[in-house]
Amino acid sequence: MFGGDNFVTSNLEAAIGWCRKFSIFQYPFVTACCGMEYMATACSHYDVDRFGAGFPRFSPRQADVLFVVGTISHKMAPVLKKIFDQMTEPKWVVAFGVCTCTGGFYDNYATVMGIDTLIPVDVYIPGCPPRPENVLDGLIKLQEKIQAQHSGKSAPPAQIFHGPTT
Amino acid sequence: MAPPPDLSAGGGLTFGQAPLPRGGGAKSGGGVEPNSLCNLLAARFPQAVVASHAFRGEATVTVRREHLVEVARFLKEDPALQMNFLMDLTAVDYLTFGKQPPAAGAFPNYGVPVRPPSVIPDSEPWPGPATQARFEVVVHLFSLRHKQRLRVKVPVEEADPEVDSLTPLWASADWFEREIWDMYGIRFRGHPSLKRILMYEEFTGHPLRKDYPVNKRQPLIGPVN
Repeated sequence: MFGGDNFVTSNLEAAIGWCRKFSIFQYPFVTACCGMEYMATACSHYDVDRFGAGFPRFSPRQADVLFVVGTISHKMAPVLKKIFDQMTEPKWVVAFGVCTCTGGFYDNYATVMGIDTLIPVDVYIPGCPPRPENVLDGLIKLQEKIQAQHSGKSAPPAQIFHGPTT
Repeated sequence: MAPPPDLSAGGGLTFGQAPLPRGGGAKSGGGVEPNSLCNLLAARFPQAVVASHAFRGEATVTVRREHLVEVARFLKEDPALQMNFLMDLTAVDYLTFGKQPPAAGAFPNYGVPVRPPSVIPDSEPWPGPATQARFEVVVHLFSLRHKQRLRVKVPVEEADPEVDSLTPLWASADWFEREIWDMYGIRFRGHPSLKRILMYEEFTGHPLRKDYPVNKRQPLIGPVN
C-alpha cells in the first residue's frame, strides 16, 4: 500500500497477532484432578489474567483456546471432538496434564492415550498435575506460537516444557 | 457352637440407651454378636448357608444364590436384625485367584501374612472363597438401628452368571447391579433396567473380568491406541 515493501500490512498482521495472544478466551474442558491446578493458575496468586487469558468462556463458539484439563475416556472422546469442532477459527488446543498428553499412568480399557489421537494439539503441558508455573510457561509458549503465526513465519512445532524439578 | 441369641425379647437393644462400644470388640455395638449372627443364619437357613466366619468383629456368610432373596428379606425385616441399609453391592472374579504366583520382586510383601495388632485376636482369618465358583457377588449390609454389619457372599458359576435382583428389597441396589453387569457380566433376574452404567452401549465384553485383556481398546472415535 505504502511503498513496495508491504510495510503497513505486515505490521498489521503483527498487531493482530499481538492482540490475539493477549486476549485469549479459553474454554476449560475440565474432567479430572488437573482442574485444581487450573483453578490455582486462574486465581489471584498466579493470576493468569496477567497474560490476558483470564476470561474463560463456557461456550466453545466464543472461545479461542481449548484447555483440555484431565483424563479423557473413550466415552468422553466424541464430546471432546464435538467441542473442538464447534470452536471457530482461529483456534488452538492446550493439552493440560500428562493424561491428556499421553494417557499418563492409565493403560486400560477406558482411557484415551493422548488427545492428539483425536484433535490437533498446539502446546503440551506435562505433569501430574503440572504446577501453575508450568501452565504459565505453556501459555507463554502458546502466545509465542500465536504471534509467530501472525508474523508470516511458520508456526514453531509444539513444544514440551519439562519444568523445574520440585 | 454358641446358641443363637434370644430374639423373642422384642427387637434387641434400644438405640440411644447407652454409649455404643466401638472398635474390634466382640460385640460391635448392639444387635447380635458376629459369631452368633453367623450361627443364627446357619440355623435359620440350613439349606442356604454354605459357609460363614467372623473376623475382627465382622460377620460373613456365604449363601446359595437360590436363597439370596429369601435370606436378604429375613435380614432386612427381622426385628432383631433390621439390616435396612444396603451399603455396598459388588462382585469378585476369582479366575486367577491362587493360581498365579506373584511376579518376583513386583510386590515385596505380597503373600506375606500381615500381622495384626496384638489387641485384635487373629484366630479366624479369611479362609478363602467358599466354593470353586468363578464369581462371587458380595453384599454389605448395615443395620442403622443396631449398628450391626454383615457381609453376604453369593457364589456364581461362570456358565450361568445370574443372580436374583435385590432391587425389590433395596432400591439402591439398582445402580450397583448395573455396574456389576457392566463390569463383570453377571445378570440380575428381575432388575428393572439392566443396562450398562459406566461403559458405552457399543462396548463389548466386561472389562473387570480377569480374562479381559488389560491393553484391549474399544474407542468410539479415533484410532485403537
